[in-house]
Amino acid sequence: MTLVLLVFIPLAGGLIAGWMGGKDSTACRWISLGALGLDALLALGLAFHYLGGSGNPGDSRWFIEWSQPWIPQFGISFHFAMDGLSLVMVLLTLFLGLIGVGASWTEIQERVGFFHFNFLWILSGVLGVFLAMDLFLFFFFWEVMLVPMYLLIRIWGHENRRYAAVKFFLFTQASGLLMLISIVALALLHPGNGQGVTFDYNVFLQNPLHGPAAKWIMLGFFVAFATKLPAFPFHPWLADAHTEAPTAGSIILAGILLKTGAYGMLRFILPLFPTAVHEFSTTAMILGVIGILYAAILAFAQDDMKRLVAYTSVSHMGFVLLGIFAGTDFALKGVVIQMICHGLSAGAQFMLVGALYERIHTRDMRKMGGLWDAIPGFGVATMFFAMASLGLPGLGNFVAEFMILVGSFQVAPKLTILATLGLIAATLYSLRLIRRAFHGPRQDEKAYPDLTLRERALNGAFALGLIWLGVYPQPAINAVTPTLKSIQSSAATPMAEHNAISGESQ
Amino acid sequence: MTSTDFLSLLPFIVLSVLILALMGEISYRRDHALVAWTTLGGFLATLVSVLVASQASPHTQEPLLVVDGFGLFFIALLVLASLPVAALAKDYLEKRPGYREEFYMLLCTATLGGMILVSAIHFATVFIGLELLTLSLFGMIAYTRTSGRSIEAGIKYLVLAAISSSFLIFGLALIYFELGGMGFAEVLEAVKGGDHRETVLLAGLALTLVGAGFKLALVPFHMWTPDIYEGAPAPVTAYIATASKGAMTAVLLRLYLMGGKEMPTGLWIALALIAVASMFAGNLLALLQENIKRILAYSSISHLGYLLVAFLAGGTYAVEAVVYYLVAYMATSLGAFGVVSVLANKSGEIEELDDYRGLGWRHPFQGGVLTAMLLSLAGIPLTAGFVGKFYLVAAGVDGSTWWLLFFLVLNSAIGLYYYLRVVATLYDVNQKEESTFSPLALSGGVVLAILTLVVIGFGVLPGPFIAWIRDHLT
Repeated sequence: MTLVLLVFIPLAGGLIAGWMGGKDSTACRWISLGALGLDALLALGLAFHYLGGSGNPGDSRWFIEWSQPWIPQFGISFHFAMDGLSLVMVLLTLFLGLIGVGASWTEIQERVGFFHFNFLWILSGVLGVFLAMDLFLFFFFWEVMLVPMYLLIRIWGHENRRYAAVKFFLFTQASGLLMLISIVALALLHPGNGQGVTFDYNVFLQNPLHGPAAKWIMLGFFVAFATKLPAFPFHPWLADAHTEAPTAGSIILAGILLKTGAYGMLRFILPLFPTAVHEFSTTAMILGVIGILYAAILAFAQDDMKRLVAYTSVSHMGFVLLGIFAGTDFALKGVVIQMICHGLSAGAQFMLVGALYERIHTRDMRKMGGLWDAIPGFGVATMFFAMASLGLPGLGNFVAEFMILVGSFQVAPKLTILATLGLIAATLYSLRLIRRAFHGPRQDEKAYPDLTLRERALNGAFALGLIWLGVYPQPAINAVTPTLKSIQSSAATPMAEHNAISGESQ
Repeated sequence: MTSTDFLSLLPFIVLSVLILALMGEISYRRDHALVAWTTLGGFLATLVSVLVASQASPHTQEPLLVVDGFGLFFIALLVLASLPVAALAKDYLEKRPGYREEFYMLLCTATLGGMILVSAIHFATVFIGLELLTLSLFGMIAYTRTSGRSIEAGIKYLVLAAISSSFLIFGLALIYFELGGMGFAEVLEAVKGGDHRETVLLAGLALTLVGAGFKLALVPFHMWTPDIYEGAPAPVTAYIATASKGAMTAVLLRLYLMGGKEMPTGLWIALALIAVASMFAGNLLALLQENIKRILAYSSISHLGYLLVAFLAGGTYAVEAVVYYLVAYMATSLGAFGVVSVLANKSGEIEELDDYRGLGWRHPFQGGVLTAMLLSLAGIPLTAGFVGKFYLVAAGVDGSTWWLLFFLVLNSAIGLYYYLRVVATLYDVNQKEESTFSPLALSGGVVLAILTLVVIGFGVLPGPFIAWIRDHLT
């Protein structure tokens, strides 16, 4: 029931905030903050209970599970369950959600109620994605978050918002429909549990699908997740959507929505289609490496600060794709840490760009320069998160990318060497950003207010998270280890059987 | 006439009595409110009579009619679609000059025609039902005589419907010429047998298909749709989009069921081409429209194309998918045109997309309803359209019609573009102040609220309805 509440609270909060909107905009903000705060307390409670002293409870796969029939004719149920991976993603979602409300506190002045309605519904959809263990329900939440996100970009975005919003929606929706075909095909082709059609994740997990059908079904899932991630060549929507979205939208786009793609790959693609993944992994890793390098080059060439940060997301997500399809223990752990750290560092960078835009009304780095003297707080904060993004040891991103590279090297040394070049490129584009915006001569002599107390607090929260994960990532790794183990074992066991059978035939 | 005959035909009798009652009422004294309420009451009585008739079903009136669970379901569906049309028309006609009362008689005769169609097991009955429906529709489309476009649309519909009817009747003549009969069972048997009479028979069937295609507005028989949707009064447009198409779909579904869910390869290929062409033509042309009624018109062409996919897929889920999708589509279309209808003011309907800018802020209820309907048409979760789309995909996967599914997905993505464009317009921050929408009347508000609840209810909890379809229709 707790899991249902977790999804339901933002949903209800959104309705109340939307309803209050016409009357009192400050109240909306507080309702939004309150709903997410309550949700976060719930999630933290779960985290302390299941990850704290008592360690991993029992042998069961899930910490908690909740299931109610929904459309029994198709074996569809409201099946929520939480394990370490889900819990970590839920915590990240709520953390970034709270920050997002904070970051939009002064930025959003029009239609405040409707803004928070959309914002909370996106979060609710994302939480559902992380907790749903019925594939139909998963798809349901996957789609639920799209329309509010579209409206968020379309209504509160920057100059080119229409184009960006439509592009975002068409990419994600078209790929999502391919996934719908895959989900239905999986349900109908899978022998199930002998009681008719089912969409239940546990059933699919126990008996993964093999053969040519599995390959096509896996590709349907892959296209949807790779679009969301985004991986080359499905990335063109991202730069526009991130650039044009309002700050809170960019934060949750980069911080959470991209992670749903990675989460989907970990949760569904790896364990459900082991043989197909095995055949496909090299292609996917190549796409990952192309993404890392290509996006880094694109980032280097940008004049728009927000666009630059957007492309760095594509580059960092390339590492995630590489790590997932490398599939080794080290790489998968690195992937999860990368998901969290990128969520924090990219979220922080988008927040800073947004705050800067509120002051100087431009994102064009050609019109900046010498800002360090004018607003030193911004300089320090941007420098810190740029360092995090380029992988400075001591901050979380370093741990993550290091682990991914080590893990991938065991499987694909050549590709990993190429991927490592991405770290150099990251240094180049990050330092270039700092130099162009904060060093050099001032473009004007106007005085701008530095970071406010609220902004300092939000940045501090991001920074603390990154330092913690950089110095002591073990708790996060421990939390997801059982999940990753079971993913690996379900991915490996049938392969072993497969090999054994082919071995006998020889 | 035995008592079983009487019981099973009760829905037809009740509706006919209603028509006579309306006629009497109008000739005695013109009272718009009274006539409208009588109509609503009569429709409710028809619904009750459907329940009564279900006690006597299945009962066949050889050789023309059958009253069975399938037919009664569609009769109820038609009446349920006519109810909101009548309620919407009450507000709508109130704002128009001229006589208003006869509209309800035409609505009733059209519905009677639809009821005959869905109960038909003989092509002669199909023709009678179709003509009754079409001739009533002609009057309904041209009902707002002071508006030039309404008259224009009525005449267009009359001419084109007459042409398609003549195709149909010529096709039926050919079939009769070959088989000496026009019962569904006979024709289906001959089609399956495939003996020497094939050529003329096929020609007859193809011409019949033209008639059906015209009613369903499938490509290439779709040309009339945008003009007539645009020109007809909004409640009538809602009726054409739902009841008229629903009745025709029921005829096809009955043939499909009686034929054992199989069709000859030639027919399959022809229908597949029609389906794909309808999807593409509807969606691509909708992209170019600036008028909301025309957008919905083109979108309805593509939706019927989607619906054909389920027919073509065959398999376990085909019939369920068609029925579910049709019901979802009907509720959604009624809601969408309903909003256009309640927004119409004294000087006419407001149709240009530009005039809807900021509607969601100025009239949150109407804007919200229209948003829900558009999202349902686009197949977004929490709406009936989403479950409908899921059902179509399930049917397609089950029948392994991968290419059709691929086109379905592609077209859904194209469709999203224009649905979202309308939704975004509704919530545009730059409002257009000049456009003056009519304030919401009570009956219109109730109708829209119920339709929204249906659309969301079927999207959130589809289980009971699916179970019901499985128990009663398949």
